[in-house]
Amino acid sequence: MSRARSFFYRHRIEFAVLGVFFALIAVFAIANPKVFLNYRAYTAVFTTLGASIILVTSNVFIVASGELDLSFPSVIGLSAMVFAMLARAGISPVLALFASLVTGAFCGYVNGMLVTKVGLSSLVSTLGMNFLLRGLIMIITGGLAIPLTFMLESTIAKVFAGTIGVFPVQLLWGLGFALIGWLLFTRHKFGGHVCYTGDNITSAREMGIRVDRVKIWTFMLMGFSAGFVGVLVTLLNNTFWPTTGDGYLLLILAAVFLGGTPTWGGIGTIWGAVIGAFILGFIETGIIASGLTGFYTQFFYGVILILALISHRYVGLKKK
Amino acid sequence: MTANESAGNAQYIMKASGVCKKFGFVQALKNVSFEVGPNEIVGLIGDNGAGKSTLIKTLTGVHQADSGELYWKGTQLTNYSVHAARDMGIVTVFQDRALSEQHSIWRNIFMGKELTGWGGFLRVKKQKEETQRMMREMMGFTSSFMTPDTPVGNMSGGERQGVAICRALYFEADLIILDEPTGGLSLSETRKVLKFVRSIKESGKSCIFISHNMYHVYPVADRIIVLDRGEIVDAFVKGQIDIETLEARLLEIAGTSDIDLKVPVGSKAIARE
Repeated sequence: MSRARSFFYRHRIEFAVLGVFFALIAVFAIANPKVFLNYRAYTAVFTTLGASIILVTSNVFIVASGELDLSFPSVIGLSAMVFAMLARAGISPVLALFASLVTGAFCGYVNGMLVTKVGLSSLVSTLGMNFLLRGLIMIITGGLAIPLTFMLESTIAKVFAGTIGVFPVQLLWGLGFALIGWLLFTRHKFGGHVCYTGDNITSAREMGIRVDRVKIWTFMLMGFSAGFVGVLVTLLNNTFWPTTGDGYLLLILAAVFLGGTPTWGGIGTIWGAVIGAFILGFIETGIIASGLTGFYTQFFYGVILILALISHRYVGLKKK
Repeated sequence: MTANESAGNAQYIMKASGVCKKFGFVQALKNVSFEVGPNEIVGLIGDNGAGKSTLIKTLTGVHQADSGELYWKGTQLTNYSVHAARDMGIVTVFQDRALSEQHSIWRNIFMGKELTGWGGFLRVKKQKEETQRMMREMMGFTSSFMTPDTPVGNMSGGERQGVAICRALYFEADLIILDEPTGGLSLSETRKVLKFVRSIKESGKSCIFISHNMYHVYPVADRIIVLDRGEIVDAFVKGQIDIETLEARLLEIAGTSDIDLKVPVGSKAIARE
């Protein structure tokens, strides 16, 4: 097999997802060329895409390790709250950012310990953690938002939520994060250990991989990313909402599976998930621009997700 | 290590002394003591459930013994783990092959012992080259369909065993433990495995060969240890016993565990009905 063909074969899932993405854009461009041949349609979607890309990247690690983390929406909220409260109290925003990242990573550490040392199912324990942390946010804030309008012109807002020309800087953060995530996942020992743990935990243990430690680090990576996203969305909105992060859960997981990471663990694709995030990001804009009402959005999320899973089977992604 | 010390320790490279292991109410290992000498092939035989795999998992750090000591070249092992075992130079080919089926051959060869460069990043090219070389020289894979990128899940049982064994050989181990290496293999594949055990002997390394099939163990082992219900019940140096006597002895051991076995099947059992 030639090098090019072998490359294409090994990345057939990613190419399939990329094909879906271009097909979707083509359909939208035909339906409404005026909107979709203008760069503004893209920059609008790109503004919020950075956060999604960061979240799908870490979720690929989690799913590949054979676990699930349903608590990241509340971890985003909690970290955002820590950031907003500290910034509001006049503490240096860099320190507040740092505190937010530590908060996220710590939540991940707790999740990891519950799964590995206490032996809970990650599906249920992180679901519980999602409720628990959201409840904690409500108790602490009394359900009130924290406005951060004073940070509108601050350097940190420009760095993490500004634009370069018309290009939203968060997309760069997202793509940078995905690049590092991809290197870690495919070119680093850690990514290998995550995959072996998810593929066959007994084999991994027998080959001397410290599977508990690998899982805890994976959950911490997820928490860390959620903490970072918490800061990104708060700076983008200039306000902390007690519901921050709430809407992400199903969309992010959908993007991961849409992107070609299978549910059974052991393997995954970062770029597939990133393209998945792009696809879901464009659906809403595309539907409205095509002249349909917003009521169609969820319907099309579902259609695309199921079609994508069928296409994955077609190119040979199935459990042995 | 001085010459004197190594002479003093030369009787064994690994020794287990009074090892016990319980799972719940099941006493899987009862006071097991044995040793493996330098450049010695020790055959460990016993029926299914005799405790062979538990013993191996204890020797390799997968399980921690409840009591008893393990020694490696004269040093008692404390805080023992799979990692420590691999670092000392013990490699194991587990019964389940310990492979990651969705991953490529090169990923599996270096699983848990990756060749890394700066910051823990993998040396992918080097690992693929080494795998290619191993496949050619050691596994005898010549098919052009099989490349280092082929997923292990697409391979046959014998080919998987080949990957597991080559992986064991690659890392310059002093002691190679083979847990039921001939299980589920065809005759020609079994012959390959036995040839491989001989090559361990020739290369000056030691080996523990576990099997419930004494016909596989006998031709290659220097010494044979028989395990029954968690205890060592017999041990032979190969020169002392021929294969017929060994078979008779094994049947006797199996017989004492179940009186019914001695009743001629067919006569009384049927008559009772």
